[in-house]
Amino acid sequence: MTSTYAILAVILFTIGLTGFLVRKNALVIFMCVELMLNAANLLFVAFSSHYGILDGQMAAFFVMVVAAAEVVIGLSIIVMIYRSRQSTSVDAETILKG
Amino acid sequence: MTLMITGTEVTFWICAVFAIAGAVGLVTLKKPVYSALCLALVMVSLAVIYASLGAPFLFAVQIIVYTGAVLMLFLFVIMLVGVNAQETLTETIRGHRIAVVLAGVGVLALLVLAVIQGANDTPVSAGPAEDNVTGLANLIFSRYVIAFEATAALLITAAVAAMVLAHPERIRAKILQPDRAAARLADYAKTGHHPGPRPSSGVFARHNSIATPALLPDGTVAPASVSEVLADRVAIASADDLLAAHDEVLAAIDGGGNPAVRALESGGAEPPHESPEKEEKGDD
Repeated sequence: MTSTYAILAVILFTIGLTGFLVRKNALVIFMCVELMLNAANLLFVAFSSHYGILDGQMAAFFVMVVAAAEVVIGLSIIVMIYRSRQSTSVDAETILKG
Repeated sequence: MTLMITGTEVTFWICAVFAIAGAVGLVTLKKPVYSALCLALVMVSLAVIYASLGAPFLFAVQIIVYTGAVLMLFLFVIMLVGVNAQETLTETIRGHRIAVVLAGVGVLALLVLAVIQGANDTPVSAGPAEDNVTGLANLIFSRYVIAFEATAALLITAAVAAMVLAHPERIRAKILQPDRAAARLADYAKTGHHPGPRPSSGVFARHNSIATPALLPDGTVAPASVSEVLADRVAIASADDLLAAHDEVLAAIDGGGNPAVRALESGGAEPPHESPEKEEKGDD
């Protein structure tokens, strides 16, 4: 059964990766990153249950905390960029291009 | 897998379908709000899977932190930066989508093969002896106590950073009350625009709404006494209407034979007490 959980996690991770590469709205890209983090969390919890030790759940917990901090910073950066450029599309951010 | 179907397996298959459907929706739907709601579906499904895997603490944390806090923050920012912002569908790099889909299929095949090769479905142990929450608490405050304290510092740092980043810079100096007063007087010197407050709306015996204009001493309407918005949207009473009401009241009083009013009508001295006419005329 654990490998079924692993397959689900892999599928979710791949969908997240594809979305990360395809989408252009910075917000949706961010959500795809969250999806990949969730897939990794699922794997942590599945293996924690498989081996009967709680360290995996501990790791998933820390991933959630770090993801929360990351979302706060990332979204405020997106809001800041939107305020100056009126767009959340990653194609619009070409000001650093040489 | 055994032939016997357990509750955990049923939960898994139902939630797996929802999670994958939500993930596909997240990637394919055009509006960011729909993407966020699909992500909520994925997160709730994963929370249920956590519960079925014997991780009630993570179930609660997943719902509260991810679905409750992170996702609501996403929705909040979507509301801030424009709900209807649609993505451009043109490809900036040619063949981008096809390459991404190929890469996705490749990564999926690689990872699935790795999982199948390393599959070992017999559980290693029967599970932890102690309660899930108790066990996690013991771990947090013993082996992971340094990491736990570090996350506290991390969250504080993130909160401060968000405040600093999202705080808008003041581009021009704040306009203070003396500056406003000086600007009003300069405007008065240049254009003759009255620097004081505008006249209030008319308060009469029969009308006192803000849509009632004040009357000037010559009996005409004072245009500045009614807001332009109201003047555009509501039928403003004309001076004739107001004067007609005034005359009607006067006629009624005359019928009653009030000597003070009659004296006033004939241009005599001020009546000793307030009359309705006085109320109306004393407005402007």
